[in-house]
Amino acid sequence: MIDFKSTFKIALVSLKTNKMRSSLTSLGIIIGVAAVIVMLAIGTGASTKVTKDMESMGSNLLTIRSASANQGGVRQGAGSKPSLTLKDAESLSKLARGAQAVAPVSNENKQVIYGNQNWSTTVYGTTANYLEIKSYELLLGRNFIPEDIKNSTKVVIIGSTVATELFGDVNPVNKVIRIGGVPFRIIGVLKSKGSSGPFDNDDLAFIPITTAQKKVFGVYFPGTVNMIVVKTTDSDIMDTTESDINEILSIRHNIGKNQDKDFEIRNSAEFQEKLKSTVKTFSILLGSIASVSLLVGGIGIMNIMLVSVTERTREIGIRMAIGARSSDIRKQFLIEALMLAIIGGLIGVVAGVATTQIVSAASTDLTTEISAFSIFISLGFSALVGVVFGFYPAYKASLLNPIDALRYE
Amino acid sequence: MAVIEAKNLIKTYSTGDTSFNALDGVSLKVEYGEMVAIMGPSGSGKSTFMNMVGCLDKPTSGEYYLDGVSVETMNSDELAEIRNLKLGFVFQGFNLISKTSAVENVELPMVYKGIDPVTRHEKAMEALKIVGLEKRAGHHPNQMSGGQQQRVAIARAIVNDAPVILADEPTGNLDTKTSVDVMNFFVELNEKYKKTLVIVTHEDDIAGYCKRVVRFRDGKIISDMQNENPTRQNTKTE
Repeated sequence: MIDFKSTFKIALVSLKTNKMRSSLTSLGIIIGVAAVIVMLAIGTGASTKVTKDMESMGSNLLTIRSASANQGGVRQGAGSKPSLTLKDAESLSKLARGAQAVAPVSNENKQVIYGNQNWSTTVYGTTANYLEIKSYELLLGRNFIPEDIKNSTKVVIIGSTVATELFGDVNPVNKVIRIGGVPFRIIGVLKSKGSSGPFDNDDLAFIPITTAQKKVFGVYFPGTVNMIVVKTTDSDIMDTTESDINEILSIRHNIGKNQDKDFEIRNSAEFQEKLKSTVKTFSILLGSIASVSLLVGGIGIMNIMLVSVTERTREIGIRMAIGARSSDIRKQFLIEALMLAIIGGLIGVVAGVATTQIVSAASTDLTTEISAFSIFISLGFSALVGVVFGFYPAYKASLLNPIDALRYE
Repeated sequence: MAVIEAKNLIKTYSTGDTSFNALDGVSLKVEYGEMVAIMGPSGSGKSTFMNMVGCLDKPTSGEYYLDGVSVETMNSDELAEIRNLKLGFVFQGFNLISKTSAVENVELPMVYKGIDPVTRHEKAMEALKIVGLEKRAGHHPNQMSGGQQQRVAIARAIVNDAPVILADEPTGNLDTKTSVDVMNFFVELNEKYKKTLVIVTHEDDIAGYCKRVVRFRDGKIISDMQNENPTRQNTKTE
């Protein structure tokens, strides 16, 4: 029985004898592995970016909006028939299972003015909970306190874009700005969250919902809000919370079983799942395309190993005559193929990582992320390719008859 | 007990409807320590017989015992093992592996025997010393003359202490002077190291070194003679 080390050495000598051929054969695998790593890095990067974007939008959210109004058969958009009230929000926070934080929200675009500066932004009338629900953090100042809501005080928390546009580098806290002609004292400034797509998460201002209803927005139906946002304790309970909200609001709005509901609930998880699965499909697609080149590399190995077996028929005959078994010959050629694949794989990993760095340095739009998993899987796959495509030539070599092989010219 | 004992070996090759007996009932006994020449024109069956003796091929019928072991029922792995342990081959075309050095070529039978690298190297160097090439251990076959290559092949044949050495036209590719050198090595192996040698040749000069000459024709042994006065020449050259 031949030991592994000797087989390994024999294979190494054979590969070294044909350096050019060995390196060109490995090149197929190098390109394949590098392509898999780069593609997976782009895919993983995209998925991480999407996940991060979604976290900034807030996770585990249920958004309740008023249903569309139906005026003489002409249906209006969602929220056009205000039916949700502050009281609805209060009872949801008390009664719905899994509701961690509830915030009523009304929003409108308003011109905000400070001194000779002015800026158009989206003003949200809401409560203290909204910051937690939407994962905003305060950079300066404080959040709303219950008295602000109760007494409809004229205080505002502004986003960092608004702060920069109106104040530049000056600390805006305690400064007074005018929103739609009404003076508001700034109590806080939000930390920047960046943008999700074209939407700037920092171009906004929060005022107490009660102040908004009474003094800023012209609300057609006093006491109503555009929507209510509910954050659940975790993602598993979202379905329970959703059905509780349905039940509570139906009772509060006197809606019978067969009547159309005057509100609709949107589940952020569904949307996020969809987006995630799209990104996943995209990653799999990129990975599969790259795998094809790895497969082609494998065929290259098989091709060259078949040539090698034919070329070395006499050598195989000599080895058999002096005592090599079929399995020894098979092992020798299999290990040669495997070495081509693994050496190619290792170089491919280095090339792939380097290419990924270049790609992410060259492009600002492309986020890349190399995972240990992608390195592991591409190396494993290249080894598998070596075994699969090396097996047939090795098997063919092992079947040679020593007499014929010795006579081969 | 004879080291080689063939009883009524028949080897039939069939191509389509016609069949042809390459060996037609050959029986031969070779005792330990003999030096036998196998002679005959091409097509006489001597090569086929050597393939049987060398355990490279199996007879269609008949019995063959090598060193007391019955060979004709063995599978290919067992044949590989018996070739490795009991036989040393020397071929006309040297049949060295060109990309490895002389000493690595000599080590090869021990690689397949599973001997550790250190012992392997020591024994290979000893064998090279016997053939007078220890200084050329690191050279590759293409850096050596034909005679030197054949001596490396002889070192490879003896390194596993196989009882039988089979040489198939060992001087066929060599000039006369080198042939004499190689034959002197064979004589030394036979007389000093008590190896059994079976040499296939069609040259009477070469056969003259052997103490017994067996002639083949048409798949049969036609004569089996003792040579009372084998050739001995003492021309040692490097």
